[in-house]
Amino acid sequence: MRYYLKTLAFMCLALIGLCSQVSFSQEQNFAQTLTFDQITEQLITAKQTKQKTLLIEQLAAIDDERKQLLLEDLQQGSFYYRKEDKRPVYITREESGYALTDVLSGEAYGVVKKTTVRKVSINNTLRKQLRTVLAWVSLSDEDVDIRLGAATELLKSPDSANIELIKSVLAEEKNPAVKVVLQQTLAVIYLASEVESERLVAIADLEEIQNKEVMQILANMLEQNEAGEFSEPSEKVRAAAESALNGMRSEEKFYSVVENLFFGLSLGSVLLLAAVGLAITFGVMGVINMAHGEMIMLGAYTTYVIQILMPNYIEMSLLIAIPAAFLVSGMFGIIIERTVIRHLYGRPLETLLATFGISLVLQQMVRSVFSPLNKTVITPEWMSGSMQINGFLSLTNNRFYIIIFSLIVLLGLIFLLKKTFIGLQMRAVTQNRAMANSMGIRSNWVDALTFGLGSGIAGIAGVALSQLTNVGPNLGQAYIIDSFMVVVFGGVGNLFGTFFAAMSLGVANKFIEPMAGAVLGKIIVLVFIILFIQWRPRGLFALKGRFVED
Amino acid sequence: MTNTAFNPRSLLASDVGGRRLLMVLLAIAIFVPILNLAVPESSVFHVSTYTVSLVGKYLCLALLALAVDLIWGYCGILSLGHGAFFALGGYAMGMYLMRQIGDRGVYGNPELPDFMVFLNWQELPWYWSGFESFGFAMLMVLLVPGILAFIFGLLAFRSRVTGVYFSIISQALTYALLLAFFRNDMGFGGNNGLTDFKDILGFSLQSDATRATLFSLTAIALLLSYLLCRWIVDTKLGRVLIAIRDAESRTRFTGYKVEYFKVFVFVLSAMIAGVAGALYVPQVGIINPGEFSPLNSIEIVVWVAIGGRGTLYGAVLGALLVNYAKTYFTGAMPEVWLFMLGGLFVISTIYLPKGVVGVFQKFKSKVAVEPDDPSIQSKEAAS
Amino acid sequence: MTVSHINDDAILYVNGVSKSFDGFKALNNLSLILNKGEMRAIIGPNGAGKTTMMDVITGKLRPDTGEVIFGDNIDLTKYDEAEIANLGIGRKFQKPTVIESLTLFENLELAIAGHRSVFQALFHKLSGEQTDRIDEVLDLVALPTRRNELAGALSHGQKQWLEIGMLLVQNPELLLVDEPAAGMTDAETETTAELLKSITGKHSVVVVEHDMDFIKALDTTVSVLHEGSTLAEGRLEDVQNNERVIEVYLGR
Ligand SMILES: Nc1ncnc2c1ncn2[C@@H]1O[C@H](COP(=O)(O)OP(=O)(O)O)[C@@H](O)[C@H]1O
Ligand SMILES: [Mg+2]
Repeated sequence: MRYYLKTLAFMCLALIGLCSQVSFSQEQNFAQTLTFDQITEQLITAKQTKQKTLLIEQLAAIDDERKQLLLEDLQQGSFYYRKEDKRPVYITREESGYALTDVLSGEAYGVVKKTTVRKVSINNTLRKQLRTVLAWVSLSDEDVDIRLGAATELLKSPDSANIELIKSVLAEEKNPAVKVVLQQTLAVIYLASEVESERLVAIADLEEIQNKEVMQILANMLEQNEAGEFSEPSEKVRAAAESALNGMRSEEKFYSVVENLFFGLSLGSVLLLAAVGLAITFGVMGVINMAHGEMIMLGAYTTYVIQILMPNYIEMSLLIAIPAAFLVSGMFGIIIERTVIRHLYGRPLETLLATFGISLVLQQMVRSVFSPLNKTVITPEWMSGSMQINGFLSLTNNRFYIIIFSLIVLLGLIFLLKKTFIGLQMRAVTQNRAMANSMGIRSNWVDALTFGLGSGIAGIAGVALSQLTNVGPNLGQAYIIDSFMVVVFGGVGNLFGTFFAAMSLGVANKFIEPMAGAVLGKIIVLVFIILFIQWRPRGLFALKGRFVED
Repeated sequence: MTNTAFNPRSLLASDVGGRRLLMVLLAIAIFVPILNLAVPESSVFHVSTYTVSLVGKYLCLALLALAVDLIWGYCGILSLGHGAFFALGGYAMGMYLMRQIGDRGVYGNPELPDFMVFLNWQELPWYWSGFESFGFAMLMVLLVPGILAFIFGLLAFRSRVTGVYFSIISQALTYALLLAFFRNDMGFGGNNGLTDFKDILGFSLQSDATRATLFSLTAIALLLSYLLCRWIVDTKLGRVLIAIRDAESRTRFTGYKVEYFKVFVFVLSAMIAGVAGALYVPQVGIINPGEFSPLNSIEIVVWVAIGGRGTLYGAVLGALLVNYAKTYFTGAMPEVWLFMLGGLFVISTIYLPKGVVGVFQKFKSKVAVEPDDPSIQSKEAAS
Repeated sequence: MTVSHINDDAILYVNGVSKSFDGFKALNNLSLILNKGEMRAIIGPNGAGKTTMMDVITGKLRPDTGEVIFGDNIDLTKYDEAEIANLGIGRKFQKPTVIESLTLFENLELAIAGHRSVFQALFHKLSGEQTDRIDEVLDLVALPTRRNELAGALSHGQKQWLEIGMLLVQNPELLLVDEPAAGMTDAETETTAELLKSITGKHSVVVVEHDMDFIKALDTTVSVLHEGSTLAEGRLEDVQNNERVIEVYLGR
C-alpha cells in the first residue's frame, strides 16, 4: 500500500517536471503554447527545418496522448497529409493504395491512390532531434515500466548525444530502478570519452551513484592485461576511479548490512508471529502447548481453503484468511483446552505430553483430509515483487509486509491484554486464581478464552507463513522448537521479551548464516540458547516474583 | 528395604513385576536362539529370523525406555532429548561396523567408508580413528553419550533448569544434533547415515547365528541394566532421587547437593541409552540422523508413560506394547497409527497417570494406601 | 571479614540485611543476633519478611546488602542451601514439606545426620544406632505407629511434625522453624511448643509464628518484624505493650 502511495507521489513530481520541462530546449520562442491540432497543421505547412524543430519541441512538451504516435511516424517518414486539403492522415498500406485515417478527427477516408497523399519530409537534423525527443517522451511517461524500458534502450546504444537528455531526465526521475539505469548509461558514455579530463569529470559525477554495473565498469578500468597495461591509460583517472570505487564499495557494504538486517528482522517477525501465541499460552497461562505448531498449520490450511473457495478474490484472500484462521485455530484451541488441558493444570509435564499427542492427531487429520502433499497457496500480486530503495538495496514486499504485520499483531495483543476488560480478567486469573474467582470472574471461561486467543494468534501466524513456506502437515513442527526458544529466551510471561528475543534471534541467524551456512547458523543459535538458559534460567526479561518460581 | 550389595535375589524380593520380567528375559535369551537355529523351519516352534530381529529391536527400545524411566520416573527429569544419546551410541557402533567393511565397499577403498570416497575425502577424519577397534568403539558407546550428558546436565542442573524448561532445552539439544548430523561435512554420512554393514567381530551380520546371538545379548543387557537400575533405586541414592522428584527444595535444605545427584543419574541413563543404541544398530543394519528427531525422543516418554513410570518394569512393558502396536498398525492401517499414538499420549496422561501397570495394581490390591500420583509435581515449600 | 564484634556466644549474626524484589524492600536493614542455645520467637504481620529472612539465612536468597554470619565466622552468603544445611542449619518450611512417596522411616533416614555425597548415598547402610535414633524421634513426634506408611498419607499437622522430626534427626546446631503450629489442634500446638522448648539449649531455635498462645507457651524472647526490619525485641508482655507494635498490629 505504502509503496503505491510513494510511486504516486513520484508520478506527481515527474508530471510537474514534465509540465515545466524546458531544460533542454534552448530556444523557446513561442509565447503561447499551441494545441496538438495546431502543431500538426503547422508541421505540414512548415518549410524550414528550424520551424519544424521548434514545432517538434512544442509537440514533445504538450500533454496529449496522440503525440507519441505522431512523433514516431514523423521519424519513420510515414507521416502523410492529403494533398488536396492538407489534412494530416495516418496511412495503412493496402494492395490498391493507402487507407487513410484522419490524425485529428479519427475519420476514415477510405482507400485512395498513393499519389493523393504526400509525406511530411524530414532531414537528418530532424531525425536526430526526433530520436532524442522520443526517448525523452518515453522517459517521462507515467508508467515506470515504460520509463525503465526507454532507459534500458538508451543503455544499449550509449551515445554522447544523449548526455543532456539523460541529465535532465535524471534530475526529475525519482524511481530508483530507472535512475540506476540512466546513471549507468551516463557513466558508460562519459567513460568512453577520449578526453582524460572528461573521464575524470565523469568519475567525479559517478561518485554518488549506487549501481553495481557502474562499479564493474570502474573495476574494469583498473584491470591489467598480461602485458601489465591498464585498460585505463591515465594514472590520474585510475586513482580517481579507485577512490570512487572504494567509496561505492563501502557504501555497498553498508547497504548489504542494512539488507541483512532487513532479512533478520523479517525472519524475526516470522519467529515473533509463531511465538507470540505461545507467549500467551505458555507465558501467561503456564501451559506447555506442543500442538502450538499445529495451530499455525491450521491457519495456513485455512488460507489455502479460502483461496479454493474464492478463486476470484485471490487478492483479497489473505485479508479474509486472517480472521478466518484466527477463528479456526482459536476454536480448536478452545476445544483442546476444554477437553484435555483443563484436566492437567498444574501438571506441566503431563500437559506437554498430552498436547504433543494432540499435535500428532492434528497432523494426521490434515494428512487424511488434504493428503500428505504440500499445498500451493497463491501469493497475491501486492505481496510479490520488491521495492528498489536504491542501487544497492531492494527489499522484497512479502518480507516487508510480514514485518509490519507482526508488529500490528503484537501491538494489538498488548492492547488487548492491557486495555480491555477481558485482558484484565485474563491477567487477574493468571495472577491469583482464587481471588479472581471470588471476585466473580469465571476462571474456567477465561482459561478457555485465553487459550483460544493464543491458538488463534498462532492461526494468524499460519496465514503469514503460508506466504513464505510450503503449506504441509509438517509446517507446524518446523516452528515449534524455534517458538519455544524464543519464548524461553525472552523470558516467560513477557511480551516485550518475546519481541526482543524473536528479533535478535532472527537478526543473529541472518548474520551468522553468511559466515557459517544456514544449518550451522541454526545450530549455533540453538547451542547459544541452550547455554544462555543455563546462565539465565528464566530468560532475558524474566518476571521476578514468587509466583513464577517452582 | 536397604540394599547395599548387588544381590539380585534380595533386590527382587519385593519387585514382583521385575521378577517376572527378568524370568521372561532370561528364558527368551536362552530359548529364542535355540528355536530359531535348532528347530527346523517347518516346525510350529520355529522362530523366524525376522521375528528374532524384530523382537531384538523391541528389546533395545525397552532398554532405552528403562533409561528414561530411571530419570523421569524416579528423579522427575523429563528429558525430551534422550533419543540423542541412543543415536550417539548407535553412531559409535555404526562407525566400528563401517570400519569393519574395509575394502568390501562399493568403491573398495580399504581406509575410507564409501560416503567419504564419494565426497572426495582423502583421509579419515581424526575422530574416526580408533573405531576400527571393537573395544575402543564400545568405550565410546558409553563415553560419548556419558560425556555429553555430563556437560549438558552439569550446566543445566547447576543453573537449576528444571521442569519444562529442561524438557525444552533437551529437545533443542537433540534438534541441534539432528541438524548437525544431516550435514555431509560432519563426516557421519549425512542424510543417509551409516549402513551396508558387513560383519561384527568377524561374524557376518546376515547370518542367523549372529542375529540370534545379538538377540540374546540384548536380552541379557536389558536384564543386567534392569538389575542395575533396580539396585540403584533401592539404595539410599534412589530415595534421594525420589526426594528430589517430590520435593526438590526439601532435599536441598536437608543437605543434598541436588545437582550432583541429578547429573549422576542423567549420565548413567545416557550411557544405558547409548548401549541400547549400540545394540540396535547391528540388528537393524542402519543408523541415520532421523534417530535424533525430537519426535523419537518424545515417543520414548510415551512408552514409559503408558507402561507406568517409576516402576522400571512398566517402562519395559510400555516399550514392548507400544512398539508392537506400532509395527502392527503401521503395517495394517498406516493412517490410523498417528491417531492412535496421539490418542495414547492424551489418554495415558489424563486417564492412566500410572500407566498399564497402575491399572493392574488397582485390580490386584486395594490394600496399600497410596498418595495421589506421586510423580506429578514437586510439592515445593516456598512461602 | 572482621568478626571481633560478635558476642562470643552468638551463633547467628544478621547485620544490616536488605533484600528487594523489583524495588519492593522485603527486608530493610534487618539485624538479629541469636545466642547459642537460645530460642527466639519472631512475630510480625503477614508480609513482614519473616520467611524472606529465613530464605536469606538458608541460602535460598542472596541479600542485596548486609552480612549473615553463622558460628564463629562463617559467611553464609557464600554457600548454597545444601552446604548451609550441612554447616548445621535446619529449616522447616512454612508449608509442610515431606517426601510424600517415601515412608516416614525413609523420610527420616534421608534426613539423618551423616554423609550426603552421591557415592556415599549409593553405598550407605544405616547403623543400628541410627535406626534407634530414627525410632526415638518417631516416638518424639508421636508417629511411631505409622513408621512404614507413606508420608503422603499424613494429615497436615502430622506432616508438620514429621518435618520437625526430620530436623531433629538432622541434628543441626540451629533450627529455623516457620509457622509450625499452622493447621494443628490446640493440643497439638501445645505439644509442639513443648517439643521445641525441650530441644532448646542443645540447639538454637528460631520460631516464626502468628499464634500468640503458641508464642506465650514458648515463653522466650520475641522479636517483632515489620516491613523488613526489627520493630521491637523483648519479653512477649513488654512487646505487646509497645506502642509501635500495637500500632502496627491494630492501628491500620
Ligand atoms: N521471591 C519473591 N519475589 C517477589 N516478592 C517476594 C519474594 N519473596 C517474598 N516476596 C515479598 O516479600 C514480602 C515478604 O514476604 P514474606 O517473607 O513471605 O513475609 P512473611 O513470611 O513475613 O509473611 C511479601 O510482600 C512478599 O510478597
Ligand atoms: Mg511467611
